[in-house]
Amino acid sequence: MRTGRIVMGFLALLIVGWVVSSPPVVGQAEAQTVRAVMLPEVKYLDPHYTTADITQQHGYMVFDTLFALDEKGQPQPQMVDTYRLSADKLTYTFTLRDGLKWHDSKPVRAADCVASIKRWAMKDAAGQKLMARAASLEAVNDKTFVLKLKEPYGLTIRALAKEYSYVPFMLPERLAVQDPSKPFEGDVIGSGPFMFAANEWVPGAKTVYLKFKEYVPRKEPSSYYAGGKVVNIDRVEFIVITDQSTAVAALEKGEVDYIQRPQVDQWPLLRKNPNIGMYRADIYQMQIHPNHLAPPFDNVKARQALMVMANQEEYLRAIAGDPQNFRTCYSYLGCGGWLETDAGAELLKKPDLERAKQLFAEAGYKGEKIVVMAPSDFPTINAASLTTAALLRKIGVNVDLQAMDWGTLVSRRPVKDPPSKNPAGWHIFHTTSGYAALKDPWGHANISTACDKAWFGWACSPRATKALDELADLSPGTDAFKKGLTEYHSALMEDIPYVPLGEFFAYAAYRKDRLSGIIDAPYTVFWNMTKK
Amino acid sequence: MLSYILRRTLAMLPVMGIVVVFVFLLVRIAPGDPAAIIAGDYATPDTIQKIRVGLGLDKPIHVQFRIYLASLARGDLGRSLHSGLPVSQLILQRVEPTVALALSTLAFAVLLAVPLGILAAWKAGSLIDRAVMVFAVGGFSIPIFWLGFLLIYVFSIRLDLLPVQGYVSFREGLIPFARHLVLPTVALGMVYMALLARITRASVLEVLQSDYIRTAYAKGARPPAVLFAHALKNAAVPVVTTIGVGFALLIGGVVITESVFALPGLGRLTVDAVLQRDYSIIQGVTLIFALVYAVVNLVVDLSYTLFDPRIRY
Repeated sequence: MRTGRIVMGFLALLIVGWVVSSPPVVGQAEAQTVRAVMLPEVKYLDPHYTTADITQQHGYMVFDTLFALDEKGQPQPQMVDTYRLSADKLTYTFTLRDGLKWHDSKPVRAADCVASIKRWAMKDAAGQKLMARAASLEAVNDKTFVLKLKEPYGLTIRALAKEYSYVPFMLPERLAVQDPSKPFEGDVIGSGPFMFAANEWVPGAKTVYLKFKEYVPRKEPSSYYAGGKVVNIDRVEFIVITDQSTAVAALEKGEVDYIQRPQVDQWPLLRKNPNIGMYRADIYQMQIHPNHLAPPFDNVKARQALMVMANQEEYLRAIAGDPQNFRTCYSYLGCGGWLETDAGAELLKKPDLERAKQLFAEAGYKGEKIVVMAPSDFPTINAASLTTAALLRKIGVNVDLQAMDWGTLVSRRPVKDPPSKNPAGWHIFHTTSGYAALKDPWGHANISTACDKAWFGWACSPRATKALDELADLSPGTDAFKKGLTEYHSALMEDIPYVPLGEFFAYAAYRKDRLSGIIDAPYTVFWNMTKK
Repeated sequence: MLSYILRRTLAMLPVMGIVVVFVFLLVRIAPGDPAAIIAGDYATPDTIQKIRVGLGLDKPIHVQFRIYLASLARGDLGRSLHSGLPVSQLILQRVEPTVALALSTLAFAVLLAVPLGILAAWKAGSLIDRAVMVFAVGGFSIPIFWLGFLLIYVFSIRLDLLPVQGYVSFREGLIPFARHLVLPTVALGMVYMALLARITRASVLEVLQSDYIRTAYAKGARPPAVLFAHALKNAAVPVVTTIGVGFALLIGGVVITESVFALPGLGRLTVDAVLQRDYSIIQGVTLIFALVYAVVNLVVDLSYTLFDPRIRY
């Protein structure tokens, strides 16, 4: 009996030691798999159904576009081989590249592209503007389709090269003819460089993409989302690790190869690790969105008060900490981009709390509660919300800071009534826009000034709306364009659809001892990437 | 016994009914709009409304409930509002890691806590007893997520012995399966172990005062025989009850543990569904958890007969 116990104890120790000391099996298959922590998880597979960034990311894996932006922000042909514009600038003729195939090996046809453009344009603002000017869009044969316009539109190609939600991905016709207010029904079949492995998909945990061996990349080198999409890896796994500390630990240990967006507080730790590299993947603009229908913000002076109150540096320190993680920017349309201008930004450049207090009083503010919605599950937006609340209190405003999760905020955001009439009403919320959106005011919902038809906040500026429409018809780089841009930006600064709070950076982190060939882009580009 | 089982099974039905109604109403009363979340940040109000209509969320609540009840009667838990996949499929995909974690935690906790509790009772008042009780208090007080991070730091990062995160099915190998479960099991098992150790100690201590224990010693029985053959069996009923009641603790702990260790189980599925307002998944998973909890308590009640032959149903 005693001997038996000793033997059992010894065996137990042996087993524990065996378990603990066995290294994970790494074989040839591992070397060609990139494991990336992407948040949130891939839930929706139809990129025309939702603006969710992760779905557009999924789109870049599985689908392809007719045009794409290069690193200089210029549209380049992608699926298109050649295109012609008629002398009267009313007819575009597009010819597709040879060898384009869907993942079921069927050839990509012009009819697929026509249906896809129409479907995309039903949802996307840039697409809607394009198709509003279209007289017809038809396939001429399997490789050629023609877009006839009612009037010249200088942003046609740029619209088809749109890089963010909704990206104009091409779908097979049988998927593209379906109603985009519901996700398409049918297998996820694209013509992109990766295939979606449906049988390995565990929503909320793992999404798997496999190299599409029949993909024919362009011959040019990769440049941002344009150029040759040469895939050097066999398999990409999007792993969901919701806890940031765990994700960073997994990267340090080599259990994952890449984290798309580690949080700010993890950056110093990541930067210290010699095996980990970081690159600036995106730039975000933080924004204060007042409810233009809820007094006092129906009065422009109250919105001016918010603008004058906002010290960008103060906000950005709260959001991003270290000054190397942010920059002040007094342009609605992004700094360093093709539309950068600070016309009319005098109020924004000179923060003055006393003046803000005065402007609030002039707007008729009498001490009523100002409801600020703060999503505590979004650290950057929460930081901005808390800063706004603190500054408003400093200038004597009676703030009702309401903490909630993002899901609750988006459900209250559509409420137009002020809080005095509806307990779900609100005065202020904050959000961000990515750099790609800032450079595309025609497609950027947040900056809409279309009054009742505008985005949440219902900004109303007929002057800005008119100026933006006119700007679309001008050729970039010309004096007329610069003048039009100044007029548009000045209108925005006058009517203040929202208050821009500067720009902070988003970094991606990766194992630099394993991965190379990473392209700096907001959506992670897995083509061109190699793994040792 | 069979009639008891039947009676208890039938008694579960009204409980499940209450759960169904309560959860259905609660998720819809709580703030949040799944259509707005699905549509994404750049979507217009029109787009959101179309999605809402497409999902049937614009229908009156009693109509939605009728549709839900009808599908439930067919054994259909509905489809995820977000992925569109059947809820039953999503649950089946995610049940294995949760069951594995729950069972390993149960085994770990019971196998360590019960002997510890017996030891503490046997050596009541001594340093060993105090050490076990300090451990119990500590185990109950330390947050699971904190302990989880500490274990990751020590055993994964510093000592490089075990993986940080993830789950490997036992079908892919017993060793990797075990390696991925060690840290989550210890993190979750601590609080369960603390509870069980305390209850075991109290229960055994009470039994050790009994006449028959004194008689057993007087007859020359050695301490291990007295403790395990006589005392434990008589002290088992409260311990088994605690195992059953503590199951609820386990379910709650599983949620946190799965998030810390990135285990793709039901706990994370539930958290994600709550944050995303995926009504179908919340309803389905809550129903499953309620059913499992009811069954576990039935099994616990039935197991009393093993320890106390006087108990008859």
